[in-house]
Amino acid sequence: MLDPCASADHMAESGDRREEVRSVGRHVFTVLESRQPEGPSLRPLLPVLSKVMGLAPETLQEDQTTLLNKRLVDWLRYARIQQGIPHSGGFFSTPRARQPGPITEVDGAVASDFFTVLSTGQHFTEDQWLNMQAFSMLQAWLLLSGPEGPGIPDTEDKSELEGSTLSVLSAASAGRQLLPQERLREVAFEYCKRLIEQSNRRALRKGDSDLQKACLVEAVRVLDVLCRQDPSFLYRSLSCLKALRGQLGQDPGSERALLPLAQFFLNHGAAAAVDSEAIYQDLFTRLPSELFYRPVLAFEVVRFCRDNFPLFDLHLLGLLKLSFPNLFKLLAWNSPPLTAEFVALFPALVDAGTAVEMLHSLLDLPCLTAALDLHLRSSQMPSERPLWDTSLRTPGFLEAFRDPQFQPLFQHLLRTKASGSTERLVPLYQLLQPMTSCARVAQCAQAVPTLLQAFFSSVTQVASGSLTNQLALLVLERSSALYQVPQYQAHVHRVLSSQFLALCKQKPSLVLELARELLELVGSVSSIQSRAGMFTCVVWAIGEYLSVTYDRRCTVELINKFFEALEALLFEVTQSRPSADLPRCPPQVVTVLMTTLTKLASRSQDLIPRVSLFLSKMRTLGQNAATSSVYSEEDAEAIRTRATELRSLLRMPSVAQFVLSPSAEVCRPRYHRDTNTALPLALRTVSRLVEREASLLPG
Amino acid sequence: MVHAFLIQTLRAPNAEDTGFCRVLYSYVFGAEKSPDDPRPHGAERDRLLRKEQILAVARQVESMCQLQQLASGRPCSDQQPQISDEPVSLHEAPHGIFGLAAGDPFQEPRTVVWLGVLSLGFTLVLDAHDNLLLAESTLRLLARLLLDHLRLLAPGSSLLLRADHVEGILSRFLPHGQLLFINDQFVQALEKEFNASWPL
Repeated sequence: MLDPCASADHMAESGDRREEVRSVGRHVFTVLESRQPEGPSLRPLLPVLSKVMGLAPETLQEDQTTLLNKRLVDWLRYARIQQGIPHSGGFFSTPRARQPGPITEVDGAVASDFFTVLSTGQHFTEDQWLNMQAFSMLQAWLLLSGPEGPGIPDTEDKSELEGSTLSVLSAASAGRQLLPQERLREVAFEYCKRLIEQSNRRALRKGDSDLQKACLVEAVRVLDVLCRQDPSFLYRSLSCLKALRGQLGQDPGSERALLPLAQFFLNHGAAAAVDSEAIYQDLFTRLPSELFYRPVLAFEVVRFCRDNFPLFDLHLLGLLKLSFPNLFKLLAWNSPPLTAEFVALFPALVDAGTAVEMLHSLLDLPCLTAALDLHLRSSQMPSERPLWDTSLRTPGFLEAFRDPQFQPLFQHLLRTKASGSTERLVPLYQLLQPMTSCARVAQCAQAVPTLLQAFFSSVTQVASGSLTNQLALLVLERSSALYQVPQYQAHVHRVLSSQFLALCKQKPSLVLELARELLELVGSVSSIQSRAGMFTCVVWAIGEYLSVTYDRRCTVELINKFFEALEALLFEVTQSRPSADLPRCPPQVVTVLMTTLTKLASRSQDLIPRVSLFLSKMRTLGQNAATSSVYSEEDAEAIRTRATELRSLLRMPSVAQFVLSPSAEVCRPRYHRDTNTALPLALRTVSRLVEREASLLPG
Repeated sequence: MVHAFLIQTLRAPNAEDTGFCRVLYSYVFGAEKSPDDPRPHGAERDRLLRKEQILAVARQVESMCQLQQLASGRPCSDQQPQISDEPVSLHEAPHGIFGLAAGDPFQEPRTVVWLGVLSLGFTLVLDAHDNLLLAESTLRLLARLLLDHLRLLAPGSSLLLRADHVEGILSRFLPHGQLLFINDQFVQALEKEFNASWPL
């Protein structure tokens, strides 16, 4: 006879072989049907069956499903509650068989009701093994064979039950005989109810205690499935779960069951008209702030939010959004596994009302990691195994943590709900400087650029004009105020620069509306020192978007004001010898300043003579004693070339305007493919004209 | 249902060798629906694809473990290999969980639960509906059984030659990828059965 187990192994390697799967299934069911007690043990068969169902659920036929339902009912409900008899053997076994003792509960008491996976004994009988296996596959089977499963459709008429939201009448109380599937559901319900009661007992062995927790989770999940398939179970399930809810608060280690419970109330709470607020409060508030250091729990909480947020009603979604500081604790502590999950969660988490606060929190995420580490050091009992980074000694930190001067800042950082206000945490950066070498802080810092990208792509969907302005300002302000983790600043600047440009592109009038702040920024040389990349982007944006085509409110006075500020800055960095106060300016900054000045001049043509004069001075850069040591020959050459190009452009102001401030249709590719109007053609023409002009001049 | 189980090497975070970790043993219980590919593909191609997928998971597990070790300030290199017969405390061993997006590397999105014991990593690749708490305790159980019965951490022991032992344990404690709700007594009974077939 074909060995179903061997075939089942082979089936894994070839998902396509439906016929083979079907034949294995047929054999298994043949064995199941036979009721001979001397027949082969059924123990190996259930997992095979489970696998067959998983691989090819549509191969099951109705009579097979009915048969399995009946068998499962037998095994789950009617397994005997006496222990099995050990196989007789050994030299000293007595001829008279020992009386088998009763099955016990995990705490040693005699079993009070039918056999379940939480019943123990010295030896188990075949039907008790099958009881355990049946429960192990129960949830999968219910899902497969239920109305929403891929298996055969449910044949019973559900129309009576669908209308009522809280139908108390079950099929049994309606007085008719239960179909096998209904009977299985009934038995499954009883089983779960018993498991929930059994998980209250104090297990004698650690392994059993772990199993109790797993059984609790599974029982709630099965109840959830049952209620989805047959709403008449809802009323009875609720009374079961209410007791559980109370007990979850006290017992440490039982927090994992909170998640399936929250899932249950999410799926059925509305129908049951039960206030599940307390559960979600626990989930978003207590769990992350107290147990953020448990990697699997943290993952489960975030996964729950990520998988279910489309189902959240407005109130719950609002609660989720407000709880972001707390959820960030999970992220800050466990950044490698949770980064991808949060990237997927941002669309739910990001909200126009909290966006500014959230951006601050994201930029301060490594600081939060450091603060959580300190929090653990200060609050954990000395006898427990340390959860913080043990390679780092932090003398004096704990006092600082409790110092009233820093208390409000730490409290703000470790807050559980969005506060609506922002605090400048710069004093904390200095205090927590030694912790930047902590590996966990560094890992968090590495995750922040990815998170920032995800944040910005979500926030641009919901940002209004004024929010865009606020975010742009925040980007500029925070780029000089970051926790100094090695390389963190460089990576964050890169992201913030590109995002600043994206914001400007989305809303070009931003440059005009933030003119005052931008003028301040470009007014001082110190802006260049710490954030050259950022500065380059800002200057480029000014050159690009400060024009009438982007915003009608742009005036000549404004252009002149910016021009003067940028010109003064460029003069300062190129014409003065570098000193301790004025370190060497990167060549990219010089070229972008020159290009921007030229762009502005092309729009306000009175400025052209000034720019031309300046640019001609730039052509001697690197050739006089003062500046030759500052730039390498390549850099100086690049700057000189750019200066020459710009100066040539300015000789024909209308062309300069065309090139440097193109109108919208010029930017479209068609404009450039059309041979009559192409830009390269125009440029070539200009160059030739200019060259010819130069060659015609005497000397 | 568990999609796959694997055992791999875990190197210390600051290891000098820049090669990849090794997969010492793997078993794939599930089968992926073959993508819509009109060309007939042989079993060999499927086998290679599965091998690549498992290796991708193993690399991620190793880096997650290394990151966690660094973050807790307890690098692997501090620990001496276990030579005595004392049971390794698995509740405090580094462990974690992460998600795999659809297509990377499996077609369906899956979840990975891993456990690191000194230089060895044990991993379960789970499907969407699996009970995570049960998966964690099953993984610890499997690790304990494998370490005890095969003396995996003793010097000179080679896992590569004893795949049938590992399969024997898997066929009892994780039959065809089915996670079992087994209490302590069931575990003892299964262990007795295993010892009867594979005497120590």
